[in-house]
Amino acid sequence: MTTLPAARRRARNRPAWEEPPSLIGLLGKGTVLTLVVLAVVFPLWSVLVTSLSSRQTINEAGGMVVIPRGFDPGAYVTIFSGGQVARAVWVSLIVAVGGTLFSMVLTVLAAYGLSRPGSLFHRPLLFLFLLTFLIYPGLVTKYLVVTSLFHLKDNLLALIVPSAINVFNLIVVRAFFMNVPTELVDSARIDGAGEWRILTQIMMPLSKAVIAVVGLFYAVGYWNIYFDAVLYIDDNNLQPIQRVLQSYILAGQAPQVGVAGSFSVMPPTIAVKMAVVIIVVIPAMVVYPFVQKHFTKGVISGAIKG
Amino acid sequence: MTAPAAVLLLLFHYLPTLGNVIAFQDYNAWVGDSVVDSFVESPWIGFGNFAELFEDPLFWDALWNTLFLTLFQLVFFFPLPIFLAILLNSVVSARLRTFIQGVVYLPHFFSWVLVITFFVQMLGGAGLLAQTMHEGGMTPWNIMTNPDTFFLLVTSEGVWKDVGWGTIVFLAALSGIDTNLYEASASDGAGRWRRLWHITLPGLRPVIVLLLILRMGDALSVGFEQFVLQRDAVGYQAAEVLDTYVYYHSIAVTDYGLGAAAGLFKGAIGLVLILLANRLAHRLGEQGVYAKS
Repeated sequence: MTTLPAARRRARNRPAWEEPPSLIGLLGKGTVLTLVVLAVVFPLWSVLVTSLSSRQTINEAGGMVVIPRGFDPGAYVTIFSGGQVARAVWVSLIVAVGGTLFSMVLTVLAAYGLSRPGSLFHRPLLFLFLLTFLIYPGLVTKYLVVTSLFHLKDNLLALIVPSAINVFNLIVVRAFFMNVPTELVDSARIDGAGEWRILTQIMMPLSKAVIAVVGLFYAVGYWNIYFDAVLYIDDNNLQPIQRVLQSYILAGQAPQVGVAGSFSVMPPTIAVKMAVVIIVVIPAMVVYPFVQKHFTKGVISGAIKG
Repeated sequence: MTAPAAVLLLLFHYLPTLGNVIAFQDYNAWVGDSVVDSFVESPWIGFGNFAELFEDPLFWDALWNTLFLTLFQLVFFFPLPIFLAILLNSVVSARLRTFIQGVVYLPHFFSWVLVITFFVQMLGGAGLLAQTMHEGGMTPWNIMTNPDTFFLLVTSEGVWKDVGWGTIVFLAALSGIDTNLYEASASDGAGRWRRLWHITLPGLRPVIVLLLILRMGDALSVGFEQFVLQRDAVGYQAAEVLDTYVYYHSIAVTDYGLGAAAGLFKGAIGLVLILLANRLAHRLGEQGVYAKS
């Protein structure tokens, strides 16, 4: 281990052993990194611009628009005036919020239980969780359990309950709990704190960063649910947004937008399609900046220890 | 406190795992009133489902597609995050580096539907590239529907989505390398390439080995949604992998015994591969997934 974090040291000045870069090296690096960043930013940009362009601009450009001209939020107005997209957004929001809460409560509880070496059945339980990494249950039997045993077909619970626990996330939270000094827990116990109090007033406040990251992972996971919906949801009113995105753009089906109830089946304009894409992107983009700084800490502590 | 989560795992992970015994049954969902009844009343047929599976040329196609894609991605995708991490690590300005990291992590949080949508809009038949080529008087080629180059497309999609995210673990390993080593080697006259070869790469070795092992365990899972979503566009010859095979030849046609057999086959091979890789790692003097007791 170094005395000074390498990152901070480098920020101030180049370490003594590192010679100044050659011009070619600098240009090469700059080019590669710029291209990498552009590869992510450019598609987002052109989709956003197209979704906000007027029909005329889109026609002149011949499809996707890159240079913004003629601002027109019409596509968003159309979508949110009702219909399948608006409904799917609600479904996805409900699944994402409900699912994340459910997953987080179970994950934090289990992580706390598994982080206390003295607790009941500690080792067999830990083994039970870790073994899931080695055992693949199979698609078919899981499908049968969800649909035939628990009858969760066309029930939004089918998108939440069967995959509510992500063992990887659980291990990450557990690693954080284990880093809380035992003295702290012991002194709280001497002061009369029960397990609940220790968890909610000591463990969780000290692990805010990891709880935020794991929460984001769960939320994104629920927001991105696609194939589970193919398997378990047939009802059109219960389709999550990813399914709708898929049917609008990849399968090219006519969307049902407009006032709820009156199905105006018209081919989606490019702007409407791109607006759906933007709607799917937005939630992640909103939460992302708040948790980004914790990623490294969260991911690493779980990945390496295990 | 662990109980609720443990119960969920028992119900939705271990119960389905045990349920795989229907791989040895001619499972018929309609003979009983419930899934348990059907299980009790369906006849046992030994390895009949496996025989059927191994006689199906489509299964072998799916298996070869899977293995080929895994191997291809191992060679052309796996080294990229290492390369990018070293590059990022060499960016001097901390602020600039944080910005780039923020941008390249982002696609990891996009769903496959979204990733493929972006690819369609950029490179597809009606996408930006085709549009530009059209204006330039060239005949646009459609990458999204060409089965012959599908493996390239799939790999690039994976790279776009996850190359940035993959750097996290390597960046952490890089920051853990003792800088005294660099200083000492520099004063002994090692240039930057020598330092890369003799300090940086050995420093990354444990992480590289660990990730390779984990990748081995997933050798038969190249991803699911990515292929289901593009199977129609390029045709099943190119896009059928084991997971999609199970879906289209089992769940979609309610031939559950066959799908369970395929799942069991896949799970068993995955388990064997990961144990083998781990043993190999120990032989090479690395820690692997779990330390040798």
